[in-house]
Amino acid sequence: MSIQKNIISASPHVHSGKASKTVMYDVVIALIPAFLVSIYVFGIPALITTAVAVISCLLFEYGIQRFIMKTSTSITDGSALITGLLLAFNLPSSIPLWMIVIGSLVAIGVAKLSFGGLGFNIFNPAIVGRVFLLVSFPVQMTSWPSATPGAFPLTDAVSGATPLGIVKEGLMYGETMSALATKIPTNIELFLGSTGGSLGEMSVLALLLGGVYLLIRKVISWHIPVAMLGSMALFSGAFWLYDPTMYASPMFHVLAGGAVLGAFFMATDMVTSPMTTKAMLVFAAMIGIITMVIRMFGVYPEGVSFAILIMNAFVPLLNKVLKPKRFGTKITAKFV
Amino acid sequence: MLKTFPKGGVHPPENKITATKSIQRLPVPKTVHVPVAQHIGAPAQIIVERKEKVVIGQVIAKSGGFVSSNIHSPVAGVVTKIDKIIDSSGYKKDCIVIRVDVKDESNFVDEVFPIKDKIVQSPEEIVQIIADYGIVGLGGATFPLHVKLALKPDQKIDCLLINGVECEPYLTADHRLMLEKTEEIVIGIKILLKAFGIHKAIIGIENNKKDAIKALKEICKNEPDIQIATLKVKYPQGGEKQLIRAILGREVPVGGLPLNVGVVVHNVGTVFAVYDAVQNNRPLTERVVTVTGKSLENSGNFWVKIGTPISDLIAAVGALPEDTRKIINGGPMMGKAIKNTNVPVTKGTSGILLISEKEASRKEVQNCIRCATCVSVCPMGLEPHLLMSLTEKTMFEQAASEDIMTCIECGSCSYVCPSNRPLLDQIRLGKMVVKKLDLLKN
Amino acid sequence: MLYSVLLLVMLGVFSALILYFVSKKFYVYEDPLIEKVEEVLPAANCAGCGFPGCKAFAESLVNTPDISALFCPVGGNDTMKAVADILGKEVTEKAPTVAVVRCQGACDVRPKTSEFQGPLSCSISTLLYGGETDCEYGCLGMGECVDACDFDAMFMDDKTGLPVVITDKCTSCGACVKACPKDIIEMRPKKKRDLKIFVSCMNQDKGGIARKACSVACIGCNKCFDICPKDAITMENMLAYIDPDLCTLCRKCVPICPTDSILETNFPPPKVKKEDAKKPVKKVKKVAKETSDDLETSKVKPIVKKEPKTATEKVEAMVESVTLEKTENNA
Repeated sequence: MSIQKNIISASPHVHSGKASKTVMYDVVIALIPAFLVSIYVFGIPALITTAVAVISCLLFEYGIQRFIMKTSTSITDGSALITGLLLAFNLPSSIPLWMIVIGSLVAIGVAKLSFGGLGFNIFNPAIVGRVFLLVSFPVQMTSWPSATPGAFPLTDAVSGATPLGIVKEGLMYGETMSALATKIPTNIELFLGSTGGSLGEMSVLALLLGGVYLLIRKVISWHIPVAMLGSMALFSGAFWLYDPTMYASPMFHVLAGGAVLGAFFMATDMVTSPMTTKAMLVFAAMIGIITMVIRMFGVYPEGVSFAILIMNAFVPLLNKVLKPKRFGTKITAKFV
Repeated sequence: MLKTFPKGGVHPPENKITATKSIQRLPVPKTVHVPVAQHIGAPAQIIVERKEKVVIGQVIAKSGGFVSSNIHSPVAGVVTKIDKIIDSSGYKKDCIVIRVDVKDESNFVDEVFPIKDKIVQSPEEIVQIIADYGIVGLGGATFPLHVKLALKPDQKIDCLLINGVECEPYLTADHRLMLEKTEEIVIGIKILLKAFGIHKAIIGIENNKKDAIKALKEICKNEPDIQIATLKVKYPQGGEKQLIRAILGREVPVGGLPLNVGVVVHNVGTVFAVYDAVQNNRPLTERVVTVTGKSLENSGNFWVKIGTPISDLIAAVGALPEDTRKIINGGPMMGKAIKNTNVPVTKGTSGILLISEKEASRKEVQNCIRCATCVSVCPMGLEPHLLMSLTEKTMFEQAASEDIMTCIECGSCSYVCPSNRPLLDQIRLGKMVVKKLDLLKN
Repeated sequence: MLYSVLLLVMLGVFSALILYFVSKKFYVYEDPLIEKVEEVLPAANCAGCGFPGCKAFAESLVNTPDISALFCPVGGNDTMKAVADILGKEVTEKAPTVAVVRCQGACDVRPKTSEFQGPLSCSISTLLYGGETDCEYGCLGMGECVDACDFDAMFMDDKTGLPVVITDKCTSCGACVKACPKDIIEMRPKKKRDLKIFVSCMNQDKGGIARKACSVACIGCNKCFDICPKDAITMENMLAYIDPDLCTLCRKCVPICPTDSILETNFPPPKVKKEDAKKPVKKVKKVAKETSDDLETSKVKPIVKKEPKTATEKVEAMVESVTLEKTENNA
């Protein structure tokens, strides 16, 4: 009857058509606004930094898979591209290019492929690369070029400090917040993005645009960004209410540094974030608290990366403890 | 705000191509292959012999136990042999082959029965008729109906749910039946209400069948016992547990039955079969089957005799399209792919779906990216990715403790997985092994 | 300097003390016999004995008074004898067995009529349907038995698509038997020089259907049943089975089988007519061609004579030479 051999497979026989590739490229699209802002603010060096990070990540992924692991390569799936972009977004544009290559090697080779590749890594590769560079080359990683919006300089401008750095240092030397207020940018400036810092964390507006796109495309759910930024605001808010002269406002903490970048793009990384909604909330809330503890009481002015890495390690535990509610375990309406 | 179940679910494209096509009678085939295992439970025992003459509605296989069902001859003719044929389970099963007697007119008469709305039988008589006439759940599970009707003294129900959801894409058999046999269905519901001795029935219909909702509402105006619940479109709302949750807000406990929350769910097709049996003394020998597919020109809904080979159905809608690579018995989400077109229609066949190579082929399986979409779409609150990997690692005890047995096999997880992972394939295997090892007891 | 040396020594002593007390405090008494028994066990942890590992088996050997029902298939009689010496209990002797694959349905003799898509797992395919070919009893060729084998004693033959047992590596742990959802693999006694005669088919269909699905299927013709002088052959559901305990390896049933579904292994090659062996090769090719041309109408008529060089036999021939050497050495 039938001419060709029938295909037999188990149900379901149709598929939504959603592919992991489209998920990955959605993230890339969401990162574009922030990338454009970084070029606008830091000029050509920002472009070069990003290009070097992306290309080296792709090359390491290809090389290691092809020649060391001897498996098929997966550079087209977009995950290495995202790692490269996020790594670059977490670096100052003035960093020497060879350091970026080292960071990429650590991110792809150590944090991702040594665990077995996409889907098996415990820690967010981009953050591992960034933290490796931060502890290995603290000077280069913390000398920030000042922002020169719209000037498109070919080389890096003079270095300045990040708002978080200014606050940290100021408070350490006994200055009060009111005295520091003149030195740090206003909340509006932080929101639009014209301050010193890493490439991608410039403009909260641009990052939010990308974040909203991811939410609409259902790549991420609201739980992690809301819980993380919320817990940061609550934690810093409590201290701010207690003593506004010694602690920065919660608004400042949410807008400054890598909080928004981390909340929307790095804590939400599918592979290294929890899989149940309850676990996502706990995970993100803990990231917020650890970030604030590092910012206020630690040595580093910024703590988002460390906080995410620390909580990444807890993901398997959270997944195991916080299960979704099984259907039928709670009688919702009583039957008489 | 329309009702629906709260957790999980997906929205596959509906593709209800045949929604406007009225049900037609399929020409009687030359021979019918009637499998004796058409229902859940013990196969029926064959009581006819080779060369024996049978008439329409004659019992040809007797119920083989309490959870089993009689099987009646769908045609008048001669038993040519007792053979084995591959049915939709994919394995060869015993079946009775009957050659249709072309001279016997009863095969070709399309009787029209007047609607009888008086129910004269007592509840006990109704249950007996249902058992004798071999009625099983026509929604797909094919559970013998008289077993569901026989309540133990300590089991009490307060509500009868009628499942007119038909959440499977493509299928329209129940939809058309509700439109064309509206009155019969309502009387059928009353028969069941009488059998149970209760006074509340709710028909659940998804909002994409507005004409059926309207028709039923029109007739049920003067029926205080019967309500219509319009539901939001979401797969798998036709699942018993999801339907009860959506309409009544009750959750069937883990490992429990709808009876535990005082509900019994029946499909509209079953209700019509009950009407036909009780009022017209007609055993279950035919059913509505949707024959559909994107490349079919004359897809439609048909009254089909049980035992008709699927090739006859396809012939009725024109030839098998050339791009067909997969023939599915049932809908695309939960149906079974079948090997060839000799497979007969059984009591559980709600549709025949032809799928082209492009749609049918599975894509390459990639690594799990732990996106948790499967967790968020699972209507039972399970973690499909975890159950799959536990099965792959043969950690079945752990899978049992992760409630693998509560999976309803709706396929939402496999449907959404962006890495094309065969989640349900593995979970099904896990369920089978857990059941075999009886790990749940501990 | 001295200070640091002292510190280290102190640390070491302190840790040692802790370890000592902990080990005393949490000491669990274990029958020393268990360890002794465990030493003589093969330590393969294959679970062929029915226990999760050698340790659990040793425990049960020590703790059960009557161990005649327990047996270590990997270690065989030698190991069990050693165990008996240690424990002073009676053990039963069992004839050594080896796994055989009871299906010859290679790609060229058993045409595929459908295409399975999904995880390459025999048990998942079994849940769905009878298999890609029309024979629902035969090997599915996805190699779950090979995956189950802990001893590298099995591999999938790429040409035939069937698993092959390397008999001298097989420890008869039975993992493959448990893994196969179709119950195709059987443990059969090794006998002298690993001579075996068995029906290499599981098809229970009627002759015509079986033959159509696979040209080397047992068609239930009763010829072997009739010729067997020792009544070692039983026919059930159109399928012959040779009882290894009754079979005297007389080989009368082998040539009489019209479909060549009875296999003999490790017998010296038959001397009669080498030309005969060549002819059927052509016939096989013809069959394969016909089947691909037209599945439905072709009746697989030509009888496929024994093809001496399937991979199975190659391997077994190799094994045979090895075992022969061994027996010679022993002698």
